[in-house]
Amino acid sequence: MTVSLFFQHLANGISLGALYALIAIGYTMVYGILRLINFAHGDIVMVAAYVAFYGAAMYALPWWLAFPLAILLTAGLGMIIERAAYRPLRGVPRIQLFTSAVAVSFLLENLGIVVFSGRPKAFPRPAFLDKPLHVGDVIIISYTPVAVAVALILFGGLLYIVHRTKVGMAMRALSKDIETTGLMGVDTDRVIMIAFAIGSALAAAGGILLAIKFPQINPLMGVVPGLKAFIAAVLGGIGNITGAMIGGFLLGIAEIMIVAFFPQLAGYRDAFAYTILIALLLFRPTGLMGEVEPEKA
Amino acid sequence: MSRKKVLLVWLTLSLLLSLVAAGPVAGQEDEIVIGVYEPMTGPQAAGGELTMQGVYLAHEVRPEVLGRPIRLVLVDNRSDKAESATAVQRLIEQEGAVAIIGSYGSSNSMAGGEVAERAGVPVMGCSPTNPLVTEGKDYYFRACFIDPFQGRVMAKYAVEELGVEKVAIIQDVAQDYSVGLAAFFREAFIELTGDAKGIVAFTAYQTGDQDFTAQLASVMAKNPDAIYAPGYFGDGALLARQAREMGYQGYILGADAWEAPELIEIGGSAAEGILITSHYHPEAELSPASQPFVELFMEKYGERPSAFAALGYDAYMLVVDAIERAGTDDPKAIRDAMAETKDYEAVTGTITLDKNGDAVKDAVILKVEDGEFKYVGTVKP
Repeated sequence: MTVSLFFQHLANGISLGALYALIAIGYTMVYGILRLINFAHGDIVMVAAYVAFYGAAMYALPWWLAFPLAILLTAGLGMIIERAAYRPLRGVPRIQLFTSAVAVSFLLENLGIVVFSGRPKAFPRPAFLDKPLHVGDVIIISYTPVAVAVALILFGGLLYIVHRTKVGMAMRALSKDIETTGLMGVDTDRVIMIAFAIGSALAAAGGILLAIKFPQINPLMGVVPGLKAFIAAVLGGIGNITGAMIGGFLLGIAEIMIVAFFPQLAGYRDAFAYTILIALLLFRPTGLMGEVEPEKA
Repeated sequence: MSRKKVLLVWLTLSLLLSLVAAGPVAGQEDEIVIGVYEPMTGPQAAGGELTMQGVYLAHEVRPEVLGRPIRLVLVDNRSDKAESATAVQRLIEQEGAVAIIGSYGSSNSMAGGEVAERAGVPVMGCSPTNPLVTEGKDYYFRACFIDPFQGRVMAKYAVEELGVEKVAIIQDVAQDYSVGLAAFFREAFIELTGDAKGIVAFTAYQTGDQDFTAQLASVMAKNPDAIYAPGYFGDGALLARQAREMGYQGYILGADAWEAPELIEIGGSAAEGILITSHYHPEAELSPASQPFVELFMEKYGERPSAFAALGYDAYMLVVDAIERAGTDDPKAIRDAMAETKDYEAVTGTITLDKNGDAVKDAVILKVEDGEFKYVGTVKP
């Protein structure tokens, strides 16, 4: 393999990794606060792509209006889901909450098939993203720097909210103990709702980038990226935002490199990505950046 | 009564009601049920929908056989092998289908075929092209040609008409259709050129993968004249798009499963120039039955029929023809009549089923031009 081909693969890996990272940080944040594996996260990604599609393709909104609108509406959807499917289950064993998340996931997928139809739709990509960039022999599709920039900016923003604001402080307190935090005078329901709004907005940003990268949207498009993002989050140490970011990029690069170095395994790259994951978890059960925490009584 | 008791009574009643509703009283006594299993959701949904356009039209044209009304029952197989087996089981056991049509997707058909074979109900495949769909099966037939032929047609066209010397093959390992076709194309290409080194790359992806940049970067490093990727249309559109974005300038070749509007909608400008093999084109004049079909189709749907619509139409008509010749709705008798199908003037060509139950027919080459599939030529078997 030549050097430029290697860098070509690396660029492709980063391109894919930015996507996983963006979806993973929202996933991991919700987990960090509620200890809830929000199974519907990938489907929220899908809904955002459709909202952006209808805004841009049906109502002919310019992308700079359609995309933020889609993010806003999806954040609203996240709040509705939290209010309707998760809040009533507060205080019951976590397994019920998880089951409810699975149900929301199936509901969104099947609703998507009914409302949007099962056939894929072509997503209108903003024209300025069509031109590839040439760096030496390496061709970088112009989506890549945009995706990396968006992922980094939103990552920075999320870290700021969680560590530098009052709401963020409440979120961190909640993650330790919901009841006690409530006793301290924090409106826990409101904070959790905000967390869901932020998580869903991040999923929405991921969904739009996903639709730009692979301009084919369908009601089941969120399933695999949702799983991959979950794996990226686990890889980085679930609940840890920085870990999810690193995990996302690592997973994206690893997937591409497996195909690059073992072309005969190209059809089974997911199997190999997951094998690596299992191996890593055997040696580091808490993921790359996760901390060991004592089980709550 | 306590709330719990009310609930219990209510549940029992609704259960009983649903049993009544699902019972055989749903249809008329003398109707003949033809089942259809097709992907109406999932990654192959477009193929299922195109096929159903033809099946519905055929049902309108011939709603009766043996003086009895035909009831058409469609079950979605969700583009999934396991669901396909369940769908066929449901058609036979619950709906009482005496013959079945389906399915777009060879893997779906192979899974469904096992169930039909055991139950002894004949199936007419509309577009599954992998040889294993009918091989060793007494009850599976098809209205289309098979992949050893289809692969050879494209290999021949690439070598003789396009002058391709170096080709890269990218197959979908999760689809029997794709794996088979890739192998048949490869075999024919080597035979035609006498040069095994002409296959400069042979790589793969899996259904559900959307990112082909790793495969494409490796393939493009070998400078192929053409990329042959016999998968499904959604993958094809993304693959073509990513290839063009990465600066690939050679030919992009596909097969019949790329024929869907989505290839062009999603592929955009990258779809232009794509060449595929297919079963039918309104301009190909494969049979005298084609023209009246095109007129009926345009009237009903306001668009030109695709190959899958034509095959769906043919599959239905072949089933009805077999029932008529059998003179009964006994599945075994229908199967025997179906096996003897000879010189049937179908829309996609004259159909005589061979000993495996496969149709031997012409293939057409289509090219994407100005956002449409244009007819390029016909290749005889």
